[in-house]
Amino acid sequence: MLTKRIIPCLDIKDGRTVKGVNFENIRDAGDPIELGALYAAQGADELVFLDITATNERRKTLSELVTRIAKHVNIPFTVGGGISSVEDVNVLLQSGADKISVNTSAFKRPELVDELAREFGSQCVVLAIDTRFEDGDWYVYLNGGRVKTEVKAYDWAKEAVGRGAGEILLTSMNNDGTKKGFALDITGKLSQNLNVPVIASGGAGTMDHFMDVFETAQADAALAASIFHYKEIEIPALKTYLYQRGMNIRF
Amino acid sequence: MKTVIIKYNAGNIRSVLFALDRLGVEGVVTDNPEEIKAADKVIFPGVGEASSAMRYLKERKLDQLITGLKQPVLGICLGMQLLCQHSEENDTNCLGVFDVEVKRFQSPVDNLLKIPQIGWNNITGLYCTLFEHVPENSYMYFVHSYYAALSPYTVATANYVINYSAALQKDNFYAVQFHPEKSAGEGQKILENFLKL
Repeated sequence: MLTKRIIPCLDIKDGRTVKGVNFENIRDAGDPIELGALYAAQGADELVFLDITATNERRKTLSELVTRIAKHVNIPFTVGGGISSVEDVNVLLQSGADKISVNTSAFKRPELVDELAREFGSQCVVLAIDTRFEDGDWYVYLNGGRVKTEVKAYDWAKEAVGRGAGEILLTSMNNDGTKKGFALDITGKLSQNLNVPVIASGGAGTMDHFMDVFETAQADAALAASIFHYKEIEIPALKTYLYQRGMNIRF
Repeated sequence: MKTVIIKYNAGNIRSVLFALDRLGVEGVVTDNPEEIKAADKVIFPGVGEASSAMRYLKERKLDQLITGLKQPVLGICLGMQLLCQHSEENDTNCLGVFDVEVKRFQSPVDNLLKIPQIGWNNITGLYCTLFEHVPENSYMYFVHSYYAALSPYTVATANYVINYSAALQKDNFYAVQFHPEKSAGEGQKILENFLKL
């Protein structure tokens, strides 16, 4: 049986792991390679590295970082942040990334998803969506949650899957950083209506939150950052907890 | 010992190289026929699409070269599918080492099946030296939309709605649908077993 995946996310700025609360107040959380290898050894199923560096040297330092990660980490990993072209993706995949995630650039030019799927295959194209619930629905936000759009998250996800996105990484901005649980409704809507895996992100605070997002929302994977970085929840304990409650989990 | 990774228009070559490196083995990536023929071990990787991969191999006459190899050969993912007879992916005639049909996963009527299968799945019925010291039900990392049907060559089985071949073996040809280079410690063990053949 295919298992539910637990995915630690490492936000990278200038080569270090950081984690914001509600997309702000960045704190340093350590060396990304050391942390990634530690999570892999603890039983993480995949890793996501999101680069939030905004300098001109970003592209080069990111590809070097990806090579170092690929050398040391023996589980799959996704790289995202500022990716906007086939060439960007080519460099990262050649450096050893297994998948890439696109967000704002794909929303602004949806053909990018088609191009990436055609060139590299859907299996390595993850569409990341930041979404916020307001006025009765979930809307897509861009630029790290700073820019609102009038497009609903479900509509955009559906379009992107049609264009070849192989997975959806859905972050609820309402829940992110709150530790009050994942956004079960929108995660469930995507997961139960789209025929690609959905990775739930934002809001993990307890082990039960993971149980809820897998069982109630039927997410295929759950992503979290700070609770792992600050050791509030350890991956082996989390996986045991889920396994004992009947989830398909890898050990 | 010389381990060669066949270079062609498919992904994951770097990941395989790094995985060999973690085992202390330096792999050589090449499409040079002489170099491939002279290697002790040949790895045939692959993430990509079947028909364009076959076209690329044929243009360089690598198709005949691969089927004629006598040393241990390990096909990974698309590499495994290309070693089969035929793939439904763009109706492609493949290399035919294994007389096996490669089909696309189908959603059952009452259930939305996510395609590709992405993630960790357990392998059972392990029956091959590749799996020495690899326990039954070990989890491996899979990413694929097409699968090799069960056959007399099946030496490991996985289930995604249906049972299918997670690994095949015939003579010196070994093939795995999952990615040992990305499957943590157990995957590493499988690569190590292959290198020891």
